[in-house]
Amino acid sequence: MTLFGKLTWQAIPWQEPLPLFSGLGVVIILLAVVAWVVMKGYLPYLWREWITSVDHKRIGVMYCILAGVMLLRGFIDAIMMRTQQVMAYHAPGFLPPSHFDQVFSAHGTIMIFFVAMPFVIGLMNVIVPLQLGVRDVAFPTWNSVSFWLTAAGALLVNLSLVIGEFDRTGWLPYPPLSELRYSPGVGVDYYCWALQISGIGTLVTGINFVTTILKLRAPGMHYTRMPMFCWTALASNLLIVASFPVLTATLAMLLLDRYVGFHFFTNTGGGNSMMFMNLIWAWGHPEVYILVLPAFGIFSEVVSTFSGKPLFGYRSMIYATMAICIISFMVWLHHFFTMGAGADVNAIFGIASMIIAVPTGVKIFNWLFTMYGGYVRYSVPMLWAIGFIVTFAIGGMTGVLLAVPPADFQLHNSVFLVAHFHNVIIGAVVFGVFAGYTYWFPKAFGFTLDERLGKWAFWLWLIGFWVAWGPGYVVGLEGMTRRLDHYDVAEWHPWLVVAEWGVLIILLGIVAQIAQIVVSVRTRERRRDVTGDPWDGRNLEWATASPPPIFNFAVLPDVTDEEPYWGMKARAREIGQLTRPEPEYHPLHMPRNTPTGFVTACLAVVTGFALIWHIWWLVLLGLAGSYATFVVFAWRDHDEILIPVEEVARLDRANRAARSAALQHRQLRRESQRESAE
Amino acid sequence: MSAPGTALRTGRDPYHIGHAPAAGVPEYTGHGAGGPSPKRIVVGYGFWIFILSDVILFSCFFATYTVLIQARNGGPGPREIFDLHTTAIETACLLLSSFACGMTSLAVARHNLLWTEITLALTGLLGLTFLGLEAHEFVGLVARGDGPTRSAFLTSFFALVGCHGVHVSGGILWLGTMMAQFPAKGFKESIRHRYLCFSLFWHALDIIWIGIFTVVYLIGMITP
Amino acid sequence: MLGQLAGCGRAQLQPAGPISGDELKILLDSVVIMLAIVVPTILTTLGVAWWYRSSNRRARRQPDFVYSGRVELVVWSIPALVVVFLGGIAWISSHDLDPAQPLRSKTAPLDVQVVSLDWKWLFIYPKLGIASINRLVVPAGVPLHLVLTSASVWNVFWVPQLGSMLYCMNGMAGTLYLEADRPGVYRGESAMISGDGFADMHFDTDAVPQGQFDAWVASTRGTGPALNDAAYRDLLRQSVPPHPYTYSSVRPGLFADIVMQKLPPGDGPTGGIPGVHPVGLK
Repeated sequence: MTLFGKLTWQAIPWQEPLPLFSGLGVVIILLAVVAWVVMKGYLPYLWREWITSVDHKRIGVMYCILAGVMLLRGFIDAIMMRTQQVMAYHAPGFLPPSHFDQVFSAHGTIMIFFVAMPFVIGLMNVIVPLQLGVRDVAFPTWNSVSFWLTAAGALLVNLSLVIGEFDRTGWLPYPPLSELRYSPGVGVDYYCWALQISGIGTLVTGINFVTTILKLRAPGMHYTRMPMFCWTALASNLLIVASFPVLTATLAMLLLDRYVGFHFFTNTGGGNSMMFMNLIWAWGHPEVYILVLPAFGIFSEVVSTFSGKPLFGYRSMIYATMAICIISFMVWLHHFFTMGAGADVNAIFGIASMIIAVPTGVKIFNWLFTMYGGYVRYSVPMLWAIGFIVTFAIGGMTGVLLAVPPADFQLHNSVFLVAHFHNVIIGAVVFGVFAGYTYWFPKAFGFTLDERLGKWAFWLWLIGFWVAWGPGYVVGLEGMTRRLDHYDVAEWHPWLVVAEWGVLIILLGIVAQIAQIVVSVRTRERRRDVTGDPWDGRNLEWATASPPPIFNFAVLPDVTDEEPYWGMKARAREIGQLTRPEPEYHPLHMPRNTPTGFVTACLAVVTGFALIWHIWWLVLLGLAGSYATFVVFAWRDHDEILIPVEEVARLDRANRAARSAALQHRQLRRESQRESAE
Repeated sequence: MSAPGTALRTGRDPYHIGHAPAAGVPEYTGHGAGGPSPKRIVVGYGFWIFILSDVILFSCFFATYTVLIQARNGGPGPREIFDLHTTAIETACLLLSSFACGMTSLAVARHNLLWTEITLALTGLLGLTFLGLEAHEFVGLVARGDGPTRSAFLTSFFALVGCHGVHVSGGILWLGTMMAQFPAKGFKESIRHRYLCFSLFWHALDIIWIGIFTVVYLIGMITP
Repeated sequence: MLGQLAGCGRAQLQPAGPISGDELKILLDSVVIMLAIVVPTILTTLGVAWWYRSSNRRARRQPDFVYSGRVELVVWSIPALVVVFLGGIAWISSHDLDPAQPLRSKTAPLDVQVVSLDWKWLFIYPKLGIASINRLVVPAGVPLHLVLTSASVWNVFWVPQLGSMLYCMNGMAGTLYLEADRPGVYRGESAMISGDGFADMHFDTDAVPQGQFDAWVASTRGTGPALNDAAYRDLLRQSVPPHPYTYSSVRPGLFADIVMQKLPPGDGPTGGIPGVHPVGLK
């Protein structure tokens, strides 16, 4: 037992130029960024305002930034995979199988856990408390801990690129392949510990948001007056609370097998690898609904705002959302029809999987009827919404097809399946978060994004997606199975070349998105959101300034009907001025910032790394440090800051003045229009 | 905060939680439409949700146990390894510790430091006794060669009961911390909320143990 | 369109057996049924989004159209009815095409035992006493009774032109009935990542006329090594054979011993260094 466990200098891939130089490149970029931040003197600001922040708006933005950065990493993996498959026809390609296997495993793991989840959670973080008309989530410090633990997991996964290796078993590590006997390296351990750490963060987020949505709403906001995004956030977080413990338990079992020689899923000793399949997919299926339900919520918001109409069939949408939430727990076996459970079991789960398509179809029709009779504006978020409906309808169709067991017997694990899930995840979740961040960007930062570059990004992504994954369906129906690092079937090759072009078009789309942010920041004064309501929005987040003050609302709004902000606005427009006189301001208590989350995450990275490399003394130190952090946090005497009444008044009065001015301007314009009509 | 159209009732406390809202403040109805709930409700509710998630964690281990119970790999089954006498004492320890914990809740409500510390210490001692007996059982089995690496049945037994034991250990660490916090910080609101969470946790562990006692030990004794 | 599809690689869309034929029918039927809903939905969505654009003066705006019982009824019923219909198809076809269900045929099935190893396929013909690596020779028109297991990690036995795939798992014996209608060479593969050599686990299924099959059996019995326990242990080591080959005899009960784990499963990578660079790319 050496001091550093299994860790030696051999863990760094000296002999492998690709990971070595890419890792080196990343390290250099990171150091450069850190150096720039420090030299420009931004560190105190970053520490005070962002790293130690417990403000849900700041935490949400950090989640989205983490997701964006990891999207680039995951996308590079995608380019590598496509390129390998183009080159590897009757040839070895440029990636040996040991690398290719790590690349596709990292691609899936990163995209699900460190892009889709953080993006969705980030948007919920920024917007849900604003839409509920309250000042923060139920547990602000735990919120910070959640974010930093997610970042810690992401860091561990990326560390595996330069120190050791990642797992080679796919984004879900099926035993026996993932057991110690067949995967003796550290790859599966990196995967398991990274996800255990970020999994704690996600579970706490689930608890946080369920409590917030059910127990912290503005006065008068009955359940049936909540915005649709809050309903879908509730359903998604209920799913997190119910399903993430299953992931934690299952990975813990795999880790016990690998570390201590238990026999949960081993071939010998009586282990049952089929148990892993059942457990992991009992988590895995709800997971995809955790991702897609908030995306549906985003589309509900976007479609109603940009149609100028309330959401059609609001109560029906609630029923549909909660039905999806519940049924998503009853379909997991459709991920392994070909394991041989028998006709009755297969048929039941197949039918259940089709049943879940019913509420999903209802949602699509309700969005359609929301647009019907409205004033449809083709802003960038609305384009993403329309692109989503078209793309997701096809992806959902292939899903129902796969739910017919005999069809699945010929499509399971083929590239057809891979095309299906990329279709639904990109079509719904990715398009959804892109619509979401474009829509809510002005709320978070005070200016809108450049429309033209946004439209370029949309079209490039939409076309690129279909060029990349249309061939997937074809080549899957030509018998191509997934995860092949080389092949010898001539018919597959041209389709894979087309797919590569698709990925390059998507790359241009991503370039457009980055350019959009850079250009928008540079020219932000042109697109300042002065009133806080740039899109003529309908829900309470648009009742605040852009960006909102730390306390969100100087006085919690009184909610008297659905779409509370729209009602307020309609009345204000009628009378040409704000409906309420200036309220009586009070000083406000807000939770105090704390480094607890950041410190916990640092300790998590150290402890996780130590566990992976069997450096036991460091594990003990890390755990002791985590306990000490908790104690230090629990011992603090002052957990709130007081915002003085002058500050509250100043910020609120500024927003009220801007809105009054806009109302009067609108009044004058309408009067002059009436005059010129006469 | 009054506005036309919002139904306001003043001064009632329909759930008798001792937080009668002041006049003019919307009533806390329990359905969230009276405005944000008081902190104690929010903390308790959030912790309940956590406990539910923990129950789901345990149910995965329960499910795995029932699936793997016959996977003996030539080794012993439940009848050959369980000693119900020890289990009975363990159960008594946990049940009594829950009772002691209940006493602590009363002492905390009365802001009585002495009795808080005494009953907490009693809770902790009973918990430690439970852990000691369980550790003794585990060590004995491992020494006989019937440890968790022997078979899938033993793996799932050690994991399920061990998971509970790890939770109890964490609870005792928490308990010790609270025993230090009360003298240091007194009975201010945040400490009492933290204690509420601890007592919920401790009682929930007791309930899980009833499940383990029944499914693993009692049913195990009649399983072939 | 079917003509174009027929040109696409020889796989699910060019069935060569009753199972794959039925499965293709179900696939196409289900797609057609769903397209009947999906295509109008997509077209209506695009149409509505375009017609109600804010610049269209001719569109009749209905800002209060937020609920309609009739619309709700239709909107819930259409997907529900489609699901009922497809659900019926799913129930019936799941039972008809259950992999473990014997095929209706006048001919007695041929028993083949399939063992997936790292990284090759072992096909044992127990009643004929021979075995083959990476090449499955079968008589055309005769049902095949396949029993699947694995020597180590999971794999999935899949010959798309013949039909259903099924998992191969150590310690378990899965039953799969398939049949090749007509002579031909059908590509098979493993549909589950099983390690570094997984991409090399493709094999050919040679369906030949009965006479030719009997001749192949006779000649296989004549030459080649014997598959005894020692030879099997050799197979357990992680490797990719450059060419298919055969065994002239098989120790009786070998497959049962693999399933019951009397012959223990493979050890994985030797010396803790995972991965074997594939040998013999074809």
